[in-house]
Amino acid sequence: MTHYLPIDNWQLLLAAALILINIILSLSLRLGLAKRLGIAALRMVVQLLLVGYILGWVFTLDNPVSVLLLVLTMSAIAGNAAVNRTRRRFPSIYWNSLLSILAASALVTSLLVEGIIHIHPWYDPQYVIPLLGMVLGNALTGTALALDRFMEDLVSQRSQIESLLALGATRWEAANDTIKEALRTGMIPTINAMMVLGLVSLPGMMTGQMLAGVNPASAVRYQIVIYFTIAAGTALACIGVILLAFRVLFSPEHQLRLERLKKTDT
Amino acid sequence: MGQNTLENTRSVDLETQLSPILSATQIGRNFQDRWIWQDLSFDLFPCDRLAIVGPSGAGKSLLLKALAGLEPIQSGQISFQGKPLSHLKMPQFRSRVIYLHQQPALLEGTVESNLKRIYQFTIHRHKTYHQPKILEYLASLDRSAKFLQRATEELSGGERQIVTCLRALQLSPQVLLLDEPTASLDSTATEQIETLIAQWQQADAPKACIWTSHDPGQLARVSNRQIHLEHP
Repeated sequence: MTHYLPIDNWQLLLAAALILINIILSLSLRLGLAKRLGIAALRMVVQLLLVGYILGWVFTLDNPVSVLLLVLTMSAIAGNAAVNRTRRRFPSIYWNSLLSILAASALVTSLLVEGIIHIHPWYDPQYVIPLLGMVLGNALTGTALALDRFMEDLVSQRSQIESLLALGATRWEAANDTIKEALRTGMIPTINAMMVLGLVSLPGMMTGQMLAGVNPASAVRYQIVIYFTIAAGTALACIGVILLAFRVLFSPEHQLRLERLKKTDT
Repeated sequence: MGQNTLENTRSVDLETQLSPILSATQIGRNFQDRWIWQDLSFDLFPCDRLAIVGPSGAGKSLLLKALAGLEPIQSGQISFQGKPLSHLKMPQFRSRVIYLHQQPALLEGTVESNLKRIYQFTIHRHKTYHQPKILEYLASLDRSAKFLQRATEELSGGERQIVTCLRALQLSPQVLLLDEPTASLDSTATEQIETLIAQWQQADAPKACIWTSHDPGQLARVSNRQIHLEHP
């Protein structure tokens, strides 16, 4: 960290002036942007300041139990959020989502922390929590997309799948195309992001490290490691949740059990 | 010795003629705490042509699907050649007793690729696609081999149903469960489907089928026995 420049409150206010210019412009030209832009800016400030304080406290944690509890809480929130972005429910959907997101994220994050970066102690929250957060965020999006696609496809292609079952396909054979499509959908954001990384966008973590004085070549290496972890975590979470959903929605007697699927009101 | 063997085969034949292929014993289907049908018992014998009759919503499709093991039942037992379904491997059983959907569902691609698709299933791996047999069926409908190369997306409703029929018939099933296969078809297409089914049923080993239909005329043509489902 050779030349890291901290930002004080006056500088924050100056930055807020950038938004203020736009709000004034919008008000005078009646662009209708002012209210939403103002609210969004305010929310961002409050949320981030809050997170800054919370993380400041979290980073002082020095026992593994509190860190693990935090990991569990974050995963539970992610598991829940993933399901809430889908349009249908089956009885164990929340558990399935939590289990696959938790298992996939915990596995790849601990491999990263213990096996690749070698952090001491292994639960050091300064590393574990932000890394886990990045993995969880992506696993959440992937899981939600894959699960939603899987359930919607089963409903819309019911007669197709039942025809295959009726002709002697096993449940796995009959669901194969649907499963593939769901996994492909779940991985689209991650794969697309990797495709254009560095060309169209500079990832936030890498930019942050460079602003903090890390030389670009090292920041890039960090980012590569992180993206491998994110991709692996997302893929594992998607596979996990789809296989669990498959076990619920197809019975061992090779029947499609769509009556277990309920549409949500939203 | 040779004569004995012959007599034995004959008595075995007689036995298979007399014992039911498919039987339902006091079966019931419960959906959301309501019995759609219950205490249903019947046997399906070789050469049987059974019709299931009842108003819309009486659960005719559910019954056919349950007989194919595609839907669960909440009471009673279904057996195939004397063995309860729970003791059978479903893919194996379903290649002998095939349920045909009301709405023909085909995959993207040509007619022939749809017919070949089922040979990718583990249960049919040892069999191979046999084009002459398909051509024979097509000839009886005055259609040539060109039909096999047509894309499924451009087929008419009747033609799609012909493909789903052929897809099932090529496996030489013992039982066909026909869920209003001609519901949305015109009279020519209906006639063609009936021709196909009749052709299948006349071939060598004794076969049986169960129909549902809203057309009493059709049921009179294709069935020799009826079961009535009451409105729940």
